[in-house]
Amino acid sequence: MNIWLTMLLAGLVTFSIRLSFIWIVGQRAVSPTLRRALRLVPPAVLTAIVFPEVLMPAARLDFSLGNYRLLAAILAVLVAWRTRNTVLTILVGMLTIWLLQGILSLP
Amino acid sequence: MKSITQVKNKRMRPRCSLPPRWSVPPLIAEFFRGVRAELPILVGVAPFGMIFGVLALEAGLLPIQAQSMSWIVFAGSSQIVFSQLVHLGAPGWVIVLTVGVVNLRHALYSASLAPYLQRLRPAWKWLLSYLLTDEAYAVAVVNYQRSPEPAVLAANEQRIPSAPDLRHWYFLGAGLALWSCWQLSTAAGVFLGAVIPQSWSLDFTLALTFIALVVPNLTDRPTLVAALCAGGAALLAFSAPYKLGLIIAALVGVLAGLLVEAKA
Repeated sequence: MNIWLTMLLAGLVTFSIRLSFIWIVGQRAVSPTLRRALRLVPPAVLTAIVFPEVLMPAARLDFSLGNYRLLAAILAVLVAWRTRNTVLTILVGMLTIWLLQGILSLP
Repeated sequence: MKSITQVKNKRMRPRCSLPPRWSVPPLIAEFFRGVRAELPILVGVAPFGMIFGVLALEAGLLPIQAQSMSWIVFAGSSQIVFSQLVHLGAPGWVIVLTVGVVNLRHALYSASLAPYLQRLRPAWKWLLSYLLTDEAYAVAVVNYQRSPEPAVLAANEQRIPSAPDLRHWYFLGAGLALWSCWQLSTAAGVFLGAVIPQSWSLDFTLALTFIALVVPNLTDRPTLVAALCAGGAALLAFSAPYKLGLIIAALVGVLAGLLVEAKA
């Protein structure tokens, strides 16, 4: 599929989701189960993206110390957990990976 | 009857006492109150928009495509996922489906605001739905729950013109402030992405951004289980056909979270 068409359809889907209940005037309430399920979607989707990004840097599972992304991510998780600060989390993670890459590139 | 008149008088008095040359049209004032309420949130949104711009270019999108996505799709996390899937070579229908799943949570916001927007004209409903992001919702819903409900008065006694409900102007101000920030920060990211070399590993900001978004919200067992199961399933389903692994993993995570919640 053409990337512009894909983008347009993705935009239409997103808009329809946002318009959904506003358009049908909230007559029907969301069932409690659906509400709970929808609340779980963001952590599930975002973690499903993070795990392969961090643990499979070369499309293969890598739990070794040589996987800098894993080390940096563990540090980032700790920072995010303790501080809840988005910018600080990203900064610490990036600094860690730059530092580790820098050490590697030394002769 | 008497009480309605009293409320009406109370409402009218301050506005009448203002000399005309000092009065800002109330809907403009309401609009800018919304803009002001959104400003602190923009501090966090701007870096996110820049990260999207950088990642979109690294994934192989053209600058014009990255910039356009920010107003066509206009939903942060899902735009990053979109670029990621383009990079992995996923087919279009999988990308559309995945974006839909990532944005499903907006149905909750839609349901929560629907009662307040009931009386607006269709054009307003469409416009505000387009602007219904996480960040605009957070600001608008607080305003709706806090300020009084003139619409109820009007419904009780239709012949008495009560103070008009202007809270949709507040919502519009918050939504447009966020929209502008998102477009500008995407542009900044697209510019940076073209300048910064690949060796800086900027694609790692994707994982870091999502870690920063998720970890502070892992406050109860169902959420934690949903996240961990989805992560594990994503590793197992990584080579699933059509790059459907992400959707499969999300479903596994949500089901696991619901099961834990049902047991508790």
